[in-house]
Amino acid sequence: MIYRSHILICNGTGCVSSKAPAIMEKLQELLAANGIEKEVKIVKTGCFGLCEKGPILVIYPEGATYCRVSVDDVEEIVNEHLIKGRIVKRLLLGDPNVEDVSKSRDNVGFFAKQVRVALRNCGVINPENIEEYIARDGYAALAKAVTEMTPAEVIAEVKKSDIRGRGGAGFPTGMKWQFAAQQVSDQKYVCCNADEGDPGAFMDRSILEGDPHSVLEAMAIAGYAIGANQGYIYVRAEYPIAVQRLNIAIKQAREYGLLGKNIFGTDFNFDIEIRLGAGAFVCGEETALMTSIEGKRGEPRTRPPFPAVKGLWEKPTILNNVETYANIPMIILKGADWFSSIGTEKSKGTKVFAIGGKINNTGLVEIPMGTTLREVIYDIGGGIPNGKKFKAAQTGGPSGGCIPASHLDTPIDYDNLIALGSMMGSGGLIVMDEDTCMVDIAKFFLEFTVDESCGKCPPCRVGTKRMYEILDRITQGKGEEGDIEKLEILAESIKQGALCGLGQTAPNPILSTLRYFRDEYEAHVKEKKCPAGVCKAMLNFEIIADKCKGCSLCAKKCPVGAISGEIKKPFVISKEKCIKCGVCMESCKFAAIVKK
Amino acid sequence: MSCGCCCTDNKSQELDKIIAKYKDSRGALITVLHEAQEVYGYLPLSVQKRIAEGLNVPLSEVYGVVTFYTQFFLNPKGKYKINVCLGTACYVKGAGQIYDKISEILKIKGGECTPDGLFSLDACRCVGACGLAPVVMINDEVYGRLVADDVPAILQKYIDQEAELAKA
Ligand SMILES: Cc1cc2nc3c(=O)[nH]c(=O)nc-3n(C[C@H](O)[C@H](O)[C@H](O)COP(=O)(O)O)c2cc1C
Ligand code: FES
Repeated sequence: MIYRSHILICNGTGCVSSKAPAIMEKLQELLAANGIEKEVKIVKTGCFGLCEKGPILVIYPEGATYCRVSVDDVEEIVNEHLIKGRIVKRLLLGDPNVEDVSKSRDNVGFFAKQVRVALRNCGVINPENIEEYIARDGYAALAKAVTEMTPAEVIAEVKKSDIRGRGGAGFPTGMKWQFAAQQVSDQKYVCCNADEGDPGAFMDRSILEGDPHSVLEAMAIAGYAIGANQGYIYVRAEYPIAVQRLNIAIKQAREYGLLGKNIFGTDFNFDIEIRLGAGAFVCGEETALMTSIEGKRGEPRTRPPFPAVKGLWEKPTILNNVETYANIPMIILKGADWFSSIGTEKSKGTKVFAIGGKINNTGLVEIPMGTTLREVIYDIGGGIPNGKKFKAAQTGGPSGGCIPASHLDTPIDYDNLIALGSMMGSGGLIVMDEDTCMVDIAKFFLEFTVDESCGKCPPCRVGTKRMYEILDRITQGKGEEGDIEKLEILAESIKQGALCGLGQTAPNPILSTLRYFRDEYEAHVKEKKCPAGVCKAMLNFEIIADKCKGCSLCAKKCPVGAISGEIKKPFVISKEKCIKCGVCMESCKFAAIVKK
Repeated sequence: MSCGCCCTDNKSQELDKIIAKYKDSRGALITVLHEAQEVYGYLPLSVQKRIAEGLNVPLSEVYGVVTFYTQFFLNPKGKYKINVCLGTACYVKGAGQIYDKISEILKIKGGECTPDGLFSLDACRCVGACGLAPVVMINDEVYGRLVADDVPAILQKYIDQEAELAKA
């Protein structure tokens, strides 16, 4: 069937939450009411990346991108755009006055600097329809691998591309595959890490939701390369949409003979099962993940033996991250040389980042390695909202660190980020402004690791708890002389003594904030002050007598009756009664209340 | 309303079905627990015992797994499960205040359930909607771009909904 128009509507988590399904229903209803439901096709796609401006829909052939669409806008879109052929300028993303509407978003910095490899199909195809994937060269890489290449040639190509793992540590993928291929065993496994534990990252989720077949295809290629016929995808239970789309994709791939027995008429067999996580961060660690797939408590094991030798059920196993896999079909199809032409000397290709926090354009971006943080935050991210000042960017989640303004011009790659005391991690990038207290942030991450430590090894179980207690004390205004030094000593011993990556990297948030923001720690400990005004215990609200008009509004708003005074005379806040909720400051019309 | 324990017949039949389905597959314990929790809303000891017997694994192992993973509950949750995202993106955007506000209004702490069984409150980690931070999930409904002042109206919606149901 041929349609005169296609409406692509984002069905990623962000847009679903901002009511994309209701918009779709309304669209269907109005298309039918106008009798054009057979002329216009609605396509549910994955994430376009710019969740901040969601729900987003794109109408072809014009290529008009509409943003922040609400259910009430649908009627106008149908009547104007679809029936009368007039663009609804008020909803266009970017410059509404360009001649060619498909270009309206081109000078939106958010899109201009991106290079989409892993996200090539996200927001372009319907993830629930395998034919749309195939139409975009889907499964051509698998066909090429199994019919034209030997397993050794596949591995050689991946090695030559120099792709490094996108899940955190950046281990060379080709090398990992080669180790596993060299093992002699009756059974091997290919696993996909879709646990996405970094709280503040959602690129794996978007790939699974927007382009699940790319992961299935890559896993089959990996299976062919190492000699495995069974794959497992370990997904967080918190990602129901991703699980549902994966299930659909697996079913379709089996129906098309792209998974199962005798793939492309060869004697290569490969199938994939999904396993759900159950909310344990440590299960993102490779050995813990495999114990969890086995149905046990997800505790890590000591390495060696490495999973490539003894992994799942003691069989040689490779584990790669979702984004790593999403790159593989492109490497096989377009070649290692093409891939390694993107990026820096030691980090090839692109990286997807989930940018969030205090930034204008929150969302998902894919950039060539070597792009600077400044470009990501200002050109793509649109800078910091409300005229506030940038303070730090956090990468690497609970294993990473905070990068200050003085290093904004560093090109992003694996090695540079480690040199700065952070790490690439899986790609969460949280921007913090002047209102963020760095001690509080360090405490936030430590609370996370204390919670998530599996308890198997004492340096992590006990050590992180001690560090948390010290940080807690400091943020309560009870820091003691010598606390900072104690933190440093503890951090070093935990780094060296912990069993797995969780413990070994747990001190990073403290070490990096100490490295760049030591003065903030010192202000907390020595002067009992929180310079960012976050740590409540050290905060005092005061009324500036000169500015106070004595209107009594604050006294009325105060939930504990801590403010008193006479009308038309300056009011005062009782320090004993004040619970530091900040309501008075928000309510004052004369900016007469300050926190110190 | 049923008492929610495993004595209710329908549920126990469903549990039997789940156990039968996975009895012979390797490493299926976590999958069985997920599905059992879908049925019961939580995993009381009686259910764990049945699973242990059905899959032929020691009860200690079942209990060990249940307590290891935060997504498995030993106690019932509210009819409306409130999950406040305290992931990094949400935290930086003030999710803490929203959590405090809910806790203040419902007079319960994290992990607790209101006495009428209507609401339970938990903190959770990134739900992957960081673009909308700060985010609160109530059952499957996601509320994004929140400020603390939005909280009373959202909770009231559920309370009103309940009152309607009670009338009908
Ligand atoms: C505590 C901890 C948590 C981790 N969480 C994840 C995760 O959520 N996703 C992921 O892909 N890798 C995670 N990793 C890294 C994995 O152990 C592993 O290195 C990675 O999945 C390998 O895939 P890659 O080589 O494609 O990156 C984690 C590691 C540690 C130590
Ligand atoms: S941090 Fe809350 S949704 Fe990601």
